[in-house]
Amino acid sequence: MARWLLRRLGQILPTLLILSFGIFALQQLMPGDPALILAGEDRGDPQVLAQIRAELMLDRPLLEQYFHWLGRVLVGDFGFSWRIREPVSALILSKLPVTAQLASMSFLIALVIGIPAGVLSAVWKDKPADWGINAVALFGISTPNFWLGIMMIMFFSVHLGWLPPSGYVPLWEDPVQSLATTIMPAFVLGTGVASVLMRHTRAAMLTALSQDYVRTARAKGLMERVVVARHALRNALIPVVTLGTIEFGRLLAGAVLTEQIFSIPGFGKLVVDAVFNRDYPVVQGVVLVTALIFVTLSLIADILAMLVNPRLRAA
Amino acid sequence: MLSVERLSVTFETARGPLRAVDDVSFSLAPGRTVALVGESGCGKSVTSLAIMGLLPESARIGGGLTFEGRDLLALSPRERRKLAGGTLAMVFQEPMTSLNPAFTAGEQVAEALRVHEGLDHPTALKRAIEMLDRVRIPEPARRAAQYPHQLSGGMRQRVMIAMALACKPKLLIADEPTTALDVTVQAQILSLLAELKRETGTAILLVTHDLGVVADHADEVVVMYAGRVAETAPVEALFARPEHPYAIGLMGAAPRFATPGGRLASIAGTVPDLMAPPPGCRFAPRCPFGDERCAEQPPMAPLGQGHAAACWVAPIA
Ligand SMILES: Nc1ncnc2c1ncn2[C@@H]1O[C@H](COP(=O)(O)OP(=O)(O)OP(=O)(O)O)[C@@H](O)[C@H]1O
Ligand code: SF4
Ligand SMILES: [Mg+2]
Repeated sequence: MARWLLRRLGQILPTLLILSFGIFALQQLMPGDPALILAGEDRGDPQVLAQIRAELMLDRPLLEQYFHWLGRVLVGDFGFSWRIREPVSALILSKLPVTAQLASMSFLIALVIGIPAGVLSAVWKDKPADWGINAVALFGISTPNFWLGIMMIMFFSVHLGWLPPSGYVPLWEDPVQSLATTIMPAFVLGTGVASVLMRHTRAAMLTALSQDYVRTARAKGLMERVVVARHALRNALIPVVTLGTIEFGRLLAGAVLTEQIFSIPGFGKLVVDAVFNRDYPVVQGVVLVTALIFVTLSLIADILAMLVNPRLRAA
Repeated sequence: MLSVERLSVTFETARGPLRAVDDVSFSLAPGRTVALVGESGCGKSVTSLAIMGLLPESARIGGGLTFEGRDLLALSPRERRKLAGGTLAMVFQEPMTSLNPAFTAGEQVAEALRVHEGLDHPTALKRAIEMLDRVRIPEPARRAAQYPHQLSGGMRQRVMIAMALACKPKLLIADEPTTALDVTVQAQILSLLAELKRETGTAILLVTHDLGVVADHADEVVVMYAGRVAETAPVEALFARPEHPYAIGLMGAAPRFATPGGRLASIAGTVPDLMAPPPGCRFAPRCPFGDERCAEQPPMAPLGQGHAAACWVAPIA
């Protein structure tokens, strides 16, 4: 296990390194001169421009810029936002908890709805309940999040007045208000993921339920509930765990449109603002952190897979 | 103790109803071994699963199944569950896939003990390890902690047998317990079953298409053909003198009964399609003895010395 972990980390580091260079290099291909943007009013003054370029090392060779940037990144310094003159790490640290809260709530909703729905529709295959669940899941997959979001705001905020239509209150300031501001976006995101989880759980359960070991479990005289929940589900979860982790990663990477609609100041909004303003350090920082999240999650996915699948543990 | 009376099983399939078992009757006394033999697809597994109550929902069952005086088909699912794995146990044809890959061998044997004997986890596991020892698994404690993929096919089938015998069943259905295993392991598993039977007095319904196994292990034989019973007889009587043409053919087709120097006899033709079986005797298209009577279904008739056969012409002089 320890050796496996080391080997896995050995694969991750080069991946991140290549990725970081890719991100850095792509930045340079983006149109627009950042010095011009930063100079603002003084963009006509060549002296100001030269000064800015020197400050940002924009006049140095690309590779030198990269290593300079990377060296700082390794100690957690992503530089300053060109636009709002704040450390990028501070920006990320202020937005990440928002997105993490939203992602966790969404994922919880997805798990609580998606897995049981998938199990039940497999158990009731080809019965009306199965059709019903599938119809709802299809609806969940094919409904754009922004539309569902707007509909929910219209209904719960405008019509019923139960929930605030937008904004965000941090969890530690006012937990109740915080949940009230995030429950609708979490539901919008969560139900989308729930539909995906449901369909995968259903397929995996159908496979598991047709296996010989399920017949063995029945031959032991186990209750059908135990056969389904213990013997079939335990195996069906193997593919679902991996998929679930990826979906969670996607939620953490920020849901641009949904955050926009509910005015949630999360990761998605940070990226969009940074990209539109050519705020390179922020874009680089955010993308790198996102990549780091994904890489970490894929590691967690592998560990979870080993926990649920003894066949992977043998090595 | 077990009586199967005019059992029929019909599957609803996309192509229409398929009668896999048709009018099958036999009985099994305590401590005896009855062998169910016949070519692949003749309904041996379906008969076994019907007794265990494990047929899929698409199956319609007719006739009667009585076990220790209780009508199995009239039992509630709950009563049925109490029997299965306790008094009635089954070892399946597919040792490689019949164990759950997500649980250790020990857990899977222990589960039966927890359910039927109400043992707590540690006690059940202890008993499970004893059972693994009983089925001659070396280092049972270590094996109990292993997962199926860490065990060989023969080892897995031993675990299945341990699981089936854990709650001291009165009837064990062994559906081709050795077909998927290699020859030496086959012999080990079969002698293990015989030994355990001597120790516990369990009755065994032994499904096989290996006549050598039948000769060594069975007391009585039920020969099935295309979903029906062709012949039933005590094992010595059947081997001394098979009466039904299909049984005669089978004997000829088994390597061990080939005449020295002579070619292996095999039955020409193939098993009929169960979707559209021949109207009269199902063996008629392959039968060298048939005559005009065979266009009608022959009834089972006693032929002396415990023999009974469904054939118009038998006994064939
Ligand atoms: N669930 C099912 N649905 C439809 N048909 C089935 C089903 N199970 C079995 N059958 C059919 O019933 C017939 C008898 O099958 P069965 O498995 O009992 O044969 P068998 O005698 O055990 O053969 P083998 O020696 O290959 O194990 C076969 O034609 C099979 O296709
Ligand atoms: S009834 Fe006729 S066809 Fe059938 S086995 Fe007997 S002789 Fe052959
Ligand atoms: Mg079979």
